[in-house]
Amino acid sequence: MMKKLAGIVVFMVGLLLFYGVSNVDDFPGWGDPDSPANASPLSQYFITDTIKDSEVPNMVTAVLADYRGYDTMFETVVIFIAGIAIFAVVRVSRNNSPVCGGNKDDEPDLIITTTCRLLVPVIQIFALYVLAHGHSSPGGGFQGGVIMGASFILVAVAWDLDTALGRFSEKAAIACAGLGIIIYAGFGLASMFYGKEFLNYGITHKLLPGVASPEMARYYGMLGVEVGVMFTVTSVMFLIYGLLSTRGRMSGGL
Amino acid sequence: MEEFIQSRFNYWIYVILMMIGLWGMIAKNNLIKKLIGMSVFQTAIILFYVSVAVKSENSSIPILPHHGHDYSPRAAAAHATHGRATSSEDLEDHHQDEHPHVRSHNGHGQHDSKYTNHAPKVPKADNYANPLPHVLMLTAIVVGVATLGLALAISQKIYREYGTLEEDELLEKVRAEDDV
Repeated sequence: MMKKLAGIVVFMVGLLLFYGVSNVDDFPGWGDPDSPANASPLSQYFITDTIKDSEVPNMVTAVLADYRGYDTMFETVVIFIAGIAIFAVVRVSRNNSPVCGGNKDDEPDLIITTTCRLLVPVIQIFALYVLAHGHSSPGGGFQGGVIMGASFILVAVAWDLDTALGRFSEKAAIACAGLGIIIYAGFGLASMFYGKEFLNYGITHKLLPGVASPEMARYYGMLGVEVGVMFTVTSVMFLIYGLLSTRGRMSGGL
Repeated sequence: MEEFIQSRFNYWIYVILMMIGLWGMIAKNNLIKKLIGMSVFQTAIILFYVSVAVKSENSSIPILPHHGHDYSPRAAAAHATHGRATSSEDLEDHHQDEHPHVRSHNGHGQHDSKYTNHAPKVPKADNYANPLPHVLMLTAIVVGVATLGLALAISQKIYREYGTLEEDELLEKVRAEDDV
């Protein structure tokens, strides 16, 4: 009975969407440059004026970290809160919970650990490249952070979670998640000290030595906040894996 | 007909994915399957947004070509003053001190003849995909992962408390608890 009802609801919604999308008069065609989304002055401004405003060739990064700086800051806060909430929901103390996961006496496989030893530094360098080159090629703090988090998760999969926690402890992960937001908000506050708006990095060229113009200050300000985003994303990804794979014990695991 | 299907192919896929996701969220009994449905639904929305950002066939990704600093006003000005043989980056600081208003000169082009030959090209909006939906989806993907993690954590907690993830069994157990 309930399934039939659900089927009807899904079918009705699908029918409405099909009608809406196929309506040639109302819905813009595929790749139409004159569609409302593409022809809006805002999106055209982003394409034509980003390079003038901030010397950043990658418009996506510029919009993400500068024009929509508030949005990205609070997205980072959402990620941080999600990490803390997962911690609060599933974390249990090590002593009074049943052992889960594989046998701890198992030696990790030699081939796997040797490969990971070779791979992990390369992954981490690549993560830093994606972060630092996010202004002129696809990349940025979110992407770099996920790759960096994956490198720690790889260590945890290849050995066990305790080995990974030896490299990046639970306390350090939580501290780094908070530190990322402090870095982000710190760049915003730094521009307030010079009498400009919160997150208006253009003014920080007075603060940063060797940066001559407000445009380059925006460039480096974006890099700064992306570093903050990366700290938060890296540690939250690692925390999510660690907590979920061990049912909150943060020990042993898969 | 074929033309009609092909011209809006992304949108058909988006509608189908959305229906699958909605079905998973409404009709499935298992909480993990509901979460899978939610993720499929999310993917459908991401596909929709990215499809909206597409422009005509000759538009490119929203990243300017920047090997020659073609579009950078300051670099173009540096080229004009110091010649192409010198690296523009090395001279930027020096140059800025001399001409603090180099940008406005370039923007109008008439004030100083030596800038007009090297005026920066202004990117044409039609040549690049719309960056705004890409930005929205970029953050949505990562936030989606974080919130999915939270949902899984709560499911794990529910399983630890009640020993099941089936919705009807859960309801029975919760009601039995309430009666006590």
